[in-house]
Amino acid sequence: MMTERVRRLRRESLEARPAISTERAELVTAFYREHEGRLSPPLLRASCFAHLMAHQTVWIGPDDLIVGEKGPAPKATPTYPELCCHSLADLDLLDSREKIPFAVSPQARGVYEREIIPFWRGRSQREHLFAAMTDEWKAAYEAGVFTEFMEQRAPGHTVLDDKIYHRGMRAVVADIDRRLADLERTADPDALMTMPRQDELHAMRICAEALIRFAERHAERARELAATERDPARRAELERVAEVCTRVPAEAPRDFHEALQAYWFVHLGVTTELNTWDAFSPGRLDQHLAPFYARGLADGSLTRGRAEELLQCLWIKFNNQPAPPKVGVTAAESGTYTDFAQIGFGGLTREGRDGTNDVTYLLLEVTEEMRLLQPSASVQVSAASPDALLRRAARIIRTGFGQPSLFNADRIVEELVRQGKSLEDARCGGSSGCVEVGAFGKENYNLTGYFNLPKVLELALHDGVDPRTGRRLGPATGDPRGFAGFDDLFAAFERQLRHLVDVKVRGNDVIERLYASRMPAPFLSLLIDDCVARGRDYHSGGARYNTTYIQGVGVGTITDCLSALKHHVYDERTLTMDALLAALDTDFAGAERLRLMLVNRTPRYGNDDDRADALMRRVFEAYFAAVDGRPNTKGGRYAINLLPTTVHVYFGSVLGASADGRHAGKPLSEGISPVQGADRHGPTAVMRSAAKLDHGRTGGTLLNQKFTPALLADDAGLEGLVKLVRGYFALGGHHVQFNVVDAATLRDAQAHPEEHRDLIVRVAGYSDYFCDLGRSLQDEIIERTEHASI
Amino acid sequence: MSAEQVLGEVAKDAAFYAASGGGMTVSGGEPLLQADFTAALLAGAKRQGFHTALDTCGFASWETVDAVRRDVDVFLYDVKLLDDARHRAFTGVTNVPILSNLRALCAAGHRVVLRVPVIPGVNDDAGNLAALAAFGAGLPHLAGVDLLPYHHIGADKYARLDRAYPMPDTAPPSAERMTEIARFLGEHGLPVGTGPGR
Repeated sequence: MMTERVRRLRRESLEARPAISTERAELVTAFYREHEGRLSPPLLRASCFAHLMAHQTVWIGPDDLIVGEKGPAPKATPTYPELCCHSLADLDLLDSREKIPFAVSPQARGVYEREIIPFWRGRSQREHLFAAMTDEWKAAYEAGVFTEFMEQRAPGHTVLDDKIYHRGMRAVVADIDRRLADLERTADPDALMTMPRQDELHAMRICAEALIRFAERHAERARELAATERDPARRAELERVAEVCTRVPAEAPRDFHEALQAYWFVHLGVTTELNTWDAFSPGRLDQHLAPFYARGLADGSLTRGRAEELLQCLWIKFNNQPAPPKVGVTAAESGTYTDFAQIGFGGLTREGRDGTNDVTYLLLEVTEEMRLLQPSASVQVSAASPDALLRRAARIIRTGFGQPSLFNADRIVEELVRQGKSLEDARCGGSSGCVEVGAFGKENYNLTGYFNLPKVLELALHDGVDPRTGRRLGPATGDPRGFAGFDDLFAAFERQLRHLVDVKVRGNDVIERLYASRMPAPFLSLLIDDCVARGRDYHSGGARYNTTYIQGVGVGTITDCLSALKHHVYDERTLTMDALLAALDTDFAGAERLRLMLVNRTPRYGNDDDRADALMRRVFEAYFAAVDGRPNTKGGRYAINLLPTTVHVYFGSVLGASADGRHAGKPLSEGISPVQGADRHGPTAVMRSAAKLDHGRTGGTLLNQKFTPALLADDAGLEGLVKLVRGYFALGGHHVQFNVVDAATLRDAQAHPEEHRDLIVRVAGYSDYFCDLGRSLQDEIIERTEHASI
Repeated sequence: MSAEQVLGEVAKDAAFYAASGGGMTVSGGEPLLQADFTAALLAGAKRQGFHTALDTCGFASWETVDAVRRDVDVFLYDVKLLDDARHRAFTGVTNVPILSNLRALCAAGHRVVLRVPVIPGVNDDAGNLAALAAFGAGLPHLAGVDLLPYHHIGADKYARLDRAYPMPDTAPPSAERMTEIARFLGEHGLPVGTGPGR
C-alpha cells in the first residue's frame, strides 16, 4: 500500500527534471583554491569533504521522513570537477540532448565559465590520467578495444555490510584514536609508505566527524521547520526526524527508522566524497533490518505499514539521485539516469542458511509498488531459498519492469571463495551494480573497463591493424590468408588478446596509483574493513580484499564469428579466407547470399551445439588466462566478468562487418546472451549453452531473456519461470534477468513514446525507461529473441 | 533419427526436469501410428527417470496402446465427437476404438487428461457437449479436461504448402463461449481447465 505521502513523493520524484547543480563544484573549487598544496592528499580530501558536509544545502521536503539529498534539492545533480570537469560544450549537450538531459541554467553555465573551468583546467584527475597514458593505450582506447571506467568516475565500487547498524561514527572515531595511539607507541614498519598512516587515519577521523555534523545540520533544520509548522502531525514528524538525525550516524541506530536514516547519510557521504563507480548500496538490507523490524513489532513501536512507508521513502531518495552526468565521448557509451544501486534480497546468512525473512517479502512489496528506476532489486536464490521467494519474485517480473533480477547465491559464494575470500565473508557478500560480486563491507572491487573481444578478433584478421583507421593496435600476427588452419588463427587471436590486455593492465596500474596518491577516499575507508585497522586508504590497499575486473564483452558475437571461420573456411571449405575478408571489408556489398550463409549455416552459440559452445569455452579460457590472477596495485588480483551494460552498442559501432554475418556498426551480443536471434532452440538451450561457461571462475556474468506477458499470465507460466531459473542455477549459471514485454508494445512505444513513458525494460544489468533509450538500443531490445514457450 | 538420438536431445534438459518435474511429451501427428518408435522413446525416457506424456487421439488397437501404456505417466487424450457418424464425417474414422481404449485406460487407473478442441459448428453443439459430459462422468479418476479453442494458426502453413484451407470461415469461439462450455462440463462433474494443463 502506498500512503498519500508516498504517492506525492513518488510523483515529485518522477516529475522532477534532472538539473546540474553547481553547489558542490563551487564549494570544492573554493576549498582547493585555498588549501591545495598545503595539506597532504588524504587531509586535503578529508577537509574538503568536511567543507562540503558543513556547507551543502540541507534539504528537507514537506513530506520527507528519510532526509538528505546529494544536491540542494531532489534531482539537482552535483558535479565533480576535481575528477572530470565539464566543458561548456558538455553542459550545452547535457542541457539540449533529447535523451537523459540535465537542465543547465544560465547561472550554472556562467559559474562554470567564470570559476570552475578556469580553475580546473589542467588539474582535474581526468587530465592527469590521460596525460599519463601511453600512445599505445590511447590508440587502443580510441579504437574502442576497451573503455576506461576510471577516466571520469572514481573507483569506489563496493557495497556495505552490517557494521553501521551496530556501531556509530563515534565508535569508529574511538577505533581510529586507539590506532593512532598504537602508532605513537610502536615504530611503523611501513613508515616510508607514500602516505603516512597517521595522515590516513586523521583524514578518516575528520570524515567521521564531518558526517555527524552533516546529520546535525539536518536535525537543526528539522527543528527550525518544526517550530513554524502548523500541522501538529507534521510537527511531530519533524521533531522525530530531528531526534533521528541527532542519534545517527553518530551512534548506532536503535530502531527501524534510525537504521534507514543511518544508511542514507552514509550513502550520501560516499557519493558526495567522490563520484564513485558505482552502485554503492546497503547490500543485504533484509538481513540488516530484520532485528530492528522484529523488535519494533514486538514492542509496538513499529507496524508493518509504517516500516513499508519508511522503506518507500528510502526508495524515493535513491530515485532522486541521477547518475553523475558524463563528459565528452563517454556519453555515447552508456546513457542512463540509473547509477546501478542494486539491493539484493534473500541469499544466505553468515552461517550458510537461508537468509529469507519477513523483511525480504516487505522489500519485494516495496519494489513492486514503487516501480522506480532506482534502486534496482535483485533476489539472491540459493538451493535453500524457498520456492515461495522465487514465485514472489516471478510475480513482480511478470509485471514487466525488469526487476528483480535473479542471482545464484550458492554460485556467488563459490566465485568469492575461489578469489580467496573466507567462507563467511563470501556468504555475506553478493552481487551488486549489474551482476558483479563482492565481499560486502570488506572489498574494493573495481570494474575498470569493458573489453571488446570481437574487436580483438578483427585485429587478428588484419595483422594487428584496425581496418577502420589503418592504425596499428596490436602485434603483427601475420596475414590470415597464410594460416595453415584454425589453430593458427586462434593463436593469432590469443596473441592480440594478451598484448591488448597488457596495455589495459599497464594503464590500470598507473590509474590506480593516481587515485591512491591524488584522490584517496578517507570517508569510504571508514566503512570498508580493514582500512581503519591497517591505517590505509581504500584506494591504497586498505580493504581486506582488492579485486580489479576487466569485463569481457561480445561472447556470443565472437563465438559465432570463430564458428563461422572454423566451419566455412577450415572444416567445410565452403569459403576461402580471402573471399571472407573481402566480404567483411566491403560490409557484404553484393554478397548477401554469402552473408545469409554465414548467418544461417553456421553452428551458433545459444543452441546447446557443442561445435559452437566449445569455441565459446575456448574464448573464455583465453580471456581468463590473459586476465585472471594478475596482481593489481593494491595487493589484490585481477579477475574477469562478462557483462556489457550498454557498451555492446558502442563496441559494435567501432567494429566492421563480422564473420557471423553481422553488418558493420551493428551492436554486439550482450552479456553472455547469444547473438540477437541466433538462438533457435528455446530458453533451455540458451541456458545450457551459457552454463558451459565456467561461471565459478568469473566475478559475474549476465544472461538476458525476454518473455511476452502472455506467457507468464497464468500460474502455470509463473511456475515454469521459477523452474527454469532453478534449472539454470542447478547447471551453474550466475544470473538471469527477464524482460516481459511483447515486441508490438515496444514498437508502439517507439512510435508513440508519449504513451509509454512508464515502460521500463531490462537493458542489461539494469532497467531503464524504454523511451529514454537511444534508437539503436530500442531496436535491439525489440529484436532480442522472444521465446514463445518455456 | 533413432530413438537414442531423440532421447539424447531429451536428456539435455534433465536439469530443468529435475527442477520442474517435467519431462518428455510424445505428440504428433499421431505417435501411435509409429508405435514401435513411440514405445522405444517412452521406455527409454522411463529408464532415465523422466516424466512421460503421450499426446494421442487414441485411434489404435488396444494391443498397440497396451504395449506403451506402462511407460506413460499421463495421457493427453483427444476426444472430439461422441457421435460416431459425425466423427466419421469429420475425421474419416470411427470413434469406437478411441472411446473403448479411453475407458480401458481409465479403468486400469492411468492418469488421463481429456483434450477437447472446441470447434464452432462441429462439436460445440448442445448434443455433443451433453454426450461428452455423460461420457466423461462415467470415467473413473479423470485427471483433467482441457478445452482448446479452435484457432487459425494453421492457415498460414496450408497456404505455404499450396493447400486449400478447408475451414476459412470458422471463427474461433469467444472467451465467453469457452467459459460457458467449461461451466457446463464442470457442472456435470468434469475437472475442466481452459488451457493446456496437466
